[in-house]
Amino acid sequence: MIEIKHLYKSFEDKDVLIDINAVFEDGKTNLIIGQSGSGKTVLMKNIVGLFVPTSGQILYDGRDFIGMTKREQVLIRREMGMIFQSAALFDSMSVLENVMFPLEMFSDDCQTDRIRRAKFCLERVNLKGAENKLPGEISGGMQKRVAIARAIALNPKYLFCDEPNSGLDPKTSLVIDELIHDITQEYKMTTIINTHDMNSVMGIGENILYIYKGQKEWQGSKDQIMTSTNERLNSFIFASDLFRKVKEANQ
Amino acid sequence: MLLQQFFAAFGRYLQLMGKVFSIPERWRMFFRQYIKEMAQLGVDSIGIVLLISFFIGAVICIQIKLNIQSAWMPAFVTGYTTREIMLLEFSSSIMCLILSGKVGSNIASEIGTMRVTQQIDALEIMGVNSASFLILPKVLGLITMIPFLVVFSIAFGLIGAYATTYMGVITVEDLTSGLLYDFNQWYVWMSIIKSLCFAFIISSVSSFYGYTVEGGSFDVGKASTNAVVRSSMLILFADIFLTQLLS
Repeated sequence: MIEIKHLYKSFEDKDVLIDINAVFEDGKTNLIIGQSGSGKTVLMKNIVGLFVPTSGQILYDGRDFIGMTKREQVLIRREMGMIFQSAALFDSMSVLENVMFPLEMFSDDCQTDRIRRAKFCLERVNLKGAENKLPGEISGGMQKRVAIARAIALNPKYLFCDEPNSGLDPKTSLVIDELIHDITQEYKMTTIINTHDMNSVMGIGENILYIYKGQKEWQGSKDQIMTSTNERLNSFIFASDLFRKVKEANQ
Repeated sequence: MLLQQFFAAFGRYLQLMGKVFSIPERWRMFFRQYIKEMAQLGVDSIGIVLLISFFIGAVICIQIKLNIQSAWMPAFVTGYTTREIMLLEFSSSIMCLILSGKVGSNIASEIGTMRVTQQIDALEIMGVNSASFLILPKVLGLITMIPFLVVFSIAFGLIGAYATTYMGVITVEDLTSGLLYDFNQWYVWMSIIKSLCFAFIISSVSSFYGYTVEGGSFDVGKASTNAVVRSSMLILFADIFLTQLLS
């Protein structure tokens, strides 16, 4: 479980995050949504430690991440997996080498076991047979699946996904969403997904945090969204005709 | 203002070097990267070093013969001067200036691209010291390979000088007597010591510019240019002090 308490983040004189409080439970897909520039990427970067918050607390199963020493933060980071918007695979390494990388760095298993584990992760994301290809030789959807395989290689307790569906077609997006959802439940991970994709919100949004201009505006599940009376949330979620009609049909 | 910017950048450079020079998390991974960098930065540069050294050695020999050698000069002057130029300046300083273009831009663009495509963020999130993992093998790899490049450069410069004997510029005997005349072994060591310092400048400065890129591909290009310009400037400055110090 990840808890955020009174989190503030400013860049020079601009307040980007203002008093964010949230709880992200394990075994659930937790979504952070909001318009572009609302601060959701900054929030995620604060949570994973790429930015240092101006004030506030981030608790990983009760352990205060901000108050830790650098060494302790490094140890917590080894419990994290992250899927970036651009997949962020290492260009010079093959698909198998990319998945093996965290194992090579942090696992004490023998080479055979590391290869076996990496192949298992690739099979888990349905990428058997692509082991020797370079990231540049596979499609965007496959790159995202390799990123998922790399993220789960060390059995992380916390999984972070920054717009995992960006640049993907709706069908592939659905596959990625389902994969993340299934893996979250299978490994009982605390998963936080940063997204704009309303299909993801409606499909896998078990716990949704809506950020508006750097502040927490609303938190609830996908079912609660349908009945929410929050105007800002509704104008964001039901901006498209399709979702407006879905809501009307539900009512 | 410029001075403030310089000190700010220098401070960031020192901070980065502080992160770079730490004990590797996995020696196995470090050695793998180290060997890869020795091949990429050193072995892949041998071709250009040999080619340039050969032709510069030949050209220096021809120029000295045509412009300095005269009936009033001893016959060994051409060979002696060619050797001294190759040993004292070309094979260390000028060759490192050339390498700062090839290797420096390679390092800055590689690390810069990793930065803008979030590969460095991915390393950090995994709990890897990205600065040490990426930069330390490059710095040590180039420092390891540069003495070999210097020696190859000296050798091929002299072979280039010998090639001019086929063109009838100078006789083999005159050239050989000049190359052997008053030889000071310390000059070879001086050349190697200077090149070690230049290798550190090229690899660390270029890595700094690549690692601190912000933005997109345009900024990677700018960082790559800055890396080459700044490391060349620093090599020239360092050359003055090192030459004074070691002579």
